Formats: sequence, C-alpha cells, structure tokens
Amino acid sequence: MPIEPKIAHLAALRALISRQAPGQAALPPCPLGLPALDAALEGGLPRGCLQEVIPADEGAAAAGFAAFLLGRLVKEAEGGGRGVLWASLGEGDLYPPALATFGLDPGAVILLSAPSPAELLWAMEEALRSPALAGVVGEIDRLDLTAGRRLQLAAAAGGGVGFLLLRADRPAAAVSAAALRWRVGAGPDRAWHVELLRRRGGRPGAWILERSADAESLQVLESLRSSAAQA
Amino acid sequence: MKRIVSLWLPSWATDRLHRKPDCPADRPVVTIAEVAGQLLIQAADALAGAEGIRPGFALADARALRPDLAVFPADPAGDAAALARLADWCSRYTPLVALDGGDGLWLDITGCAHLFGGEKALMSDLRHRLAGFGHDSRIAAADCPGAAWAAARFREAAQTVVEPEAARESLAPLPVAALRLPPVLTAELERLGLRRIGDLYPVARAALARRFGMLPGERLDQALGRIAEPISPRLPPPAFAVRQILAEPILHAEGLAAMLQRLLPRLCRELAEAGQGARRLELGCYRVDGRVAKLAVGTSRPSRDDAALIRLFAEKLERIDPGFGIEAMTLAAPHVEPLADLQLALARRRNETAKGAAGQEADQAPLIDRLGNRLGFARLARAEPRESHFPERAVKRMPAAFPAAAAKPASAWPAGPLPLRLFPRPEPVTAEAADEGDPPLSFLWRARRHRIRAAEGPARIEPEWWLGESGGPRDYWRLEDEAGLRFWLFGQSGSWYLHGLFA
Repeated sequence: MPIEPKIAHLAALRALISRQAPGQAALPPCPLGLPALDAALEGGLPRGCLQEVIPADEGAAAAGFAAFLLGRLVKEAEGGGRGVLWASLGEGDLYPPALATFGLDPGAVILLSAPSPAELLWAMEEALRSPALAGVVGEIDRLDLTAGRRLQLAAAAGGGVGFLLLRADRPAAAVSAAALRWRVGAGPDRAWHVELLRRRGGRPGAWILERSADAESLQVLESLRSSAAQA
Repeated sequence: MKRIVSLWLPSWATDRLHRKPDCPADRPVVTIAEVAGQLLIQAADALAGAEGIRPGFALADARALRPDLAVFPADPAGDAAALARLADWCSRYTPLVALDGGDGLWLDITGCAHLFGGEKALMSDLRHRLAGFGHDSRIAAADCPGAAWAAARFREAAQTVVEPEAARESLAPLPVAALRLPPVLTAELERLGLRRIGDLYPVARAALARRFGMLPGERLDQALGRIAEPISPRLPPPAFAVRQILAEPILHAEGLAAMLQRLLPRLCRELAEAGQGARRLELGCYRVDGRVAKLAVGTSRPSRDDAALIRLFAEKLERIDPGFGIEAMTLAAPHVEPLADLQLALARRRNETAKGAAGQEADQAPLIDRLGNRLGFARLARAEPRESHFPERAVKRMPAAFPAAAAKPASAWPAGPLPLRLFPRPEPVTAEAADEGDPPLSFLWRARRHRIRAAEGPARIEPEWWLGESGGPRDYWRLEDEAGLRFWLFGQSGSWYLHGLFA
C-alpha cells in the first residue's frame, strides 16, 4: 500500500476517534431540572454515552430513576430522536403503565425481550446507533469491558444515552467503559437516595431526592457529598 | 408464443438409490412394493432393464432372471419430495416450474432461453448438471406441454427441440402412447391399426369421439397446441424477481454480499416502476451440488430503499452455507405493498432530520426491522391498554412492527399509583398480620424480613368471573418498609402475595 492513502486513512481514523471521545461530544447536556444535580453534572445529563445504574436495594428505585432520566431525555430531545427502547432478558417484569409517572408515553416505548445476554447487548448496540432513540435501557446481570466499550461507541455515534440497569446482588465491575455510574436506592417517604459514584473528569456526589405524590416532578431534598466519598 | 421444456427422469427412483453409499454399483437394482399381496417391481435401473426386468414384474420372476438382484423398498414419498426439491432448484432457469407426475418436470422457458445461450444450450446445461448429480434425463422443448412431453419420451435423441409451429410433422411418427392416454385406450387404438400419432390426423374427430370418448381428441389437440394446456407452477412466481447467473461459483459470504449489492438495486428499480415496496424479500442461492439455500427477510413497512434492505440481509448472509460454491442467485419480492414516491421521499426526509412526533414511527422502522429480523418480530412489543380491573390484564403486548393507528389517550391506561415492577406471577410471601382486614406488620420475601412502617389500603379487586376467574377477591395494600422499599401486596383467601414494587 502506498504511503499517502495510509496517512489519509490514519487521519480519518483519528478524526473518528476524536469525534467519539467521551466528554468531547458536541451534544448539549440534558437539563434534569434539579439545580444541584445539573450543577454537579455541569449543565445536565451528558448525551451520547453509556451510564450504569446500580440498585442499592432490591426495590424498583433504580429502575424508576432510569425511567426519570429517560423521561427528561425525551422531553428535552429537541432535534434528536424521541424513541425509547427498554430491553430485558425474556419478558422482564417492567409494568409499562407506571412509566407515565416519569413523563413517558407507555405505548411508545419499545419493549424488547432478548433471548440471551449476548443478543441483548447486540440489540442495545443497534438501538444506540439509531438516531431515532433518545435512550435505551438494558437490564443485564453483568458486562465485560469490551462489550461496554462497544456500547459506549455506539451511543456516541447515535447521540442517545444507554442505561445499563445492573442487578443489586452483583458487585459492579471495578473497571468500566461507562461515562457515569449511578447508585440508587429507596429512602423513607418515597424519597430516592441517588449517588453519582463515578463521572469522567468530574466529582462524585450524593443527593436525597424528594418526589411529589403523583407528578413526575422531583426536588433535591439534601445534598450529601460525604457519603459518596465513602462509596 | 410459449416455449415449454419437458424433462423426463426415466430412472429417478433407482438413480436416487445409486447415490446412496450402501447401493451396489455392479448389480442390477430394483425397488419393490406390495401390491395385492404380491411383491411387484416398481422401478428398475438400466442394468436390470438390460436383463429384461421391467416395473410390474413379480419379484420372484425377476430373481429367477438375476439371482443377485439388489432389492430396495420403494419410497414414493421420498421420491416425490426429492422431485419437488429438484423443481425448486430448476427455478434457477425460470420461476415457472411444474411437477409432471412422479418422474418429470415442466419448465416454462418463454423468454428465458436467451439468458442461457438459447434453448439447446439451456437444455444441455440442465442435462449436464443432472448427469453430474447422477440422474439420467431426457428432455425436449416445444410450443406446448403435450408436444414437449411426447418428444422427451418417444424421440430417439435424449434432447430434442421441436421448432415453433412444427409439432404436427414432428409428432406424426411417434406412437399413440405419446399422447398421455391410459394404457387401455392406447391398446385399443393400436388394435385398430392407429399406431402412430400421424395415423390419427385424417380420422374424423366425431368418429374418434364415438369410439374412444373425448380424451384422445383432446390429448391430440393439446399435443398440437390447438387448445391451451396451462402448467401449474409448484411455487407461485413472484411478480418481482431478478436473477443472476455467476461465471465463477461464489464460496464466501463477501462474494454473496457483493452480488446482493448488484441484485438489490435492480429489484428496487422494478419495484419503483410499479410503485410498490417490498414487505418480504427472498434470496435463493443455487449451489453447484443442486441444493438451494434460501434466506428471507421481512420489513415492517413497504420499502425499496436498497441501502436499508441490504443491511437486513447483512446479518444473515453468513448463515448461508455455500457448500462447494453458489453458481446462481435469485432475489424475489413475494410480498409487496403499494409505496408511492412521495412516501419514500418523506420517509427519507424524516430519517435525515429525525424530528417531531409524527416522524418518530418512520425513524424507528429501520431499527425495528433490523432487530426483528435477527431476534424475531415477536420479541419486539409495545404496550397497549386493555379494559380490565386486574393490573396484569390491563396491559397487552402488541407487536412493535405494526404500530397502533393512533396513540392511546392517557386516560386509557390504568390510573392511580402503579408499581414499576409487576411480577407476572404474584409471589407468595409469609406475612405476619395483626388482624383480619389489617395490613401485615411484616413479611418475609426472598429470605429477608421487611417490617412495615406505613400502609395504605385496602383496594379490593373482584375476580372477573366472566373470564372463568377462580379464587376470592384480592385486597391490595401499598406498604413501605423501614428502609423505604415500597411493595404492592395483596391478600386473597387468607394468603399474602407480593405482586409488584413501586419505584
């Protein structure tokens, strides 16, 4: 191969990598409407990336927090895709009508029942590459680093956010390709205990979110930075 | 003017046996079946035929002629299935292939022969390939099925072309048996000295009908093409199909992808001219060993966007086993729906901008097609509300590929605080209740005790007896434990069940 095409090829690859590098994406962050969290995230939830959501207990708070973030992404989609895909192994136990609480149209969410973890990851990657979707949730037990990187690249290409909803009883991998790692559990009186355990190039944090009785609105009840430092 | 090829496989059953490893090569081979308590020869190969052993002989008589006869049970079902497979393989020449009894095929090659270098070349190619598979064949082309049938079976040459409009002269010297008449009628005609088809030409039609019924006259007219005799193709020919004969057999998936990239735009042009879009595409790969590997993809809405369609195939091409090579490919759209240019332009624009609620469906269709073709469309669903008091029945999963005509209003969905997780089967829990009608004080779920701090309820749901529902009414409670976990529990006939979790 002559040297010039090689150089051109390398340059193209470099351009591709720089475009897909996390943190450098030109996509504007999605404001969450929670000043404390938006400030910690420097403007809002980053788009075009992979995020882990780890349940702190066996309740549904982590799934609820993922649904809340999805609802925000759809609402603030502007020019991007507004679709949502929720993938689980088999039919899963998500009850779609409850998604309306978080500003999602239950009938518009694509529910995917994957036959195996490998097919679930493949489907998530495909869905993340599609510009039609604002967010993709995958309920999965565990994820290796390579699969995580593939999902991260796919999300960067498609502009949506991929949420990995992991299981409470499995320790999360120490190394991960995800840009953010959340841990969410229930607190007294319908509150959520939300921790941002990891964020590329940013500081972790922890908050207690209070929820109004019926609406999708949330407010930060308390910011707890110390607990995240311990985690 | 139609052109029909009749293909006759005189030793179909025994040729199939000869391909098997346990079949002796140096001994005559016959198949037998029990007919009226007697074992009769059903098929005999060339070696047996040379000894004078013919179908219809008693096995004992044949054994007397050749004691070393190799005898196999007849397998008419297997022979028929193999012939059907051969018919499918023959669709590499033309989509119109019909079965002709248990040992022959008809191919309508009208307008196809030039693709293979003319009728002679097409027939040589077919005979040559069949010989390669181990099948003896005789073949003829004529203007109508009757003439081709007669020429294939009763001309000396193994390969005959009855030129257009030449059936009358060509058939005249052939025996009347070439008219596809029952043996009784053939014998009767021969007894009266009407041995050749030509002998029937001068006979008055009325006299023939009086003596032998309508059949001989009808068969004669069919053989001479005076009345139409349509052949019924085994597979309905797709209205939209393109084919490609390959100079070199393809052995790899990359080669298949490259060929597909040439076939798809051709098919899409055909679809565009007719204003149609494909809902289903079938790729046929014709292997050199006579097998056909087929691959089908579906789309959730009509499409003729070759770039999008090729992606659907890309996932599956590696599943095709090319064997010793693929030498011809067909691409057909057996299921099409009208698709106007305007719709296509709109869909493209939506895909480019991905904007607005109306555009959402069009955006997601390519993704749903891609996921559905690999995982199965049944695995992609959208929820739809249903009229039911029972939470598990108030939602139905509908295929995502066929979206509802209109979005359901929010009021159609169940109201009130709803659990985000709903177990398909309520999980029985051991609960410690204070009194009848009170919520549990604590309960054991997944080996952990949850002490209840707050409870709301009960909300009673009566069984839907008109659905044959059994069991008592359910009393639902919303419970919060000391850690803040929120549960949806119900009591039914003294037992407690966990049905869901609130976010």
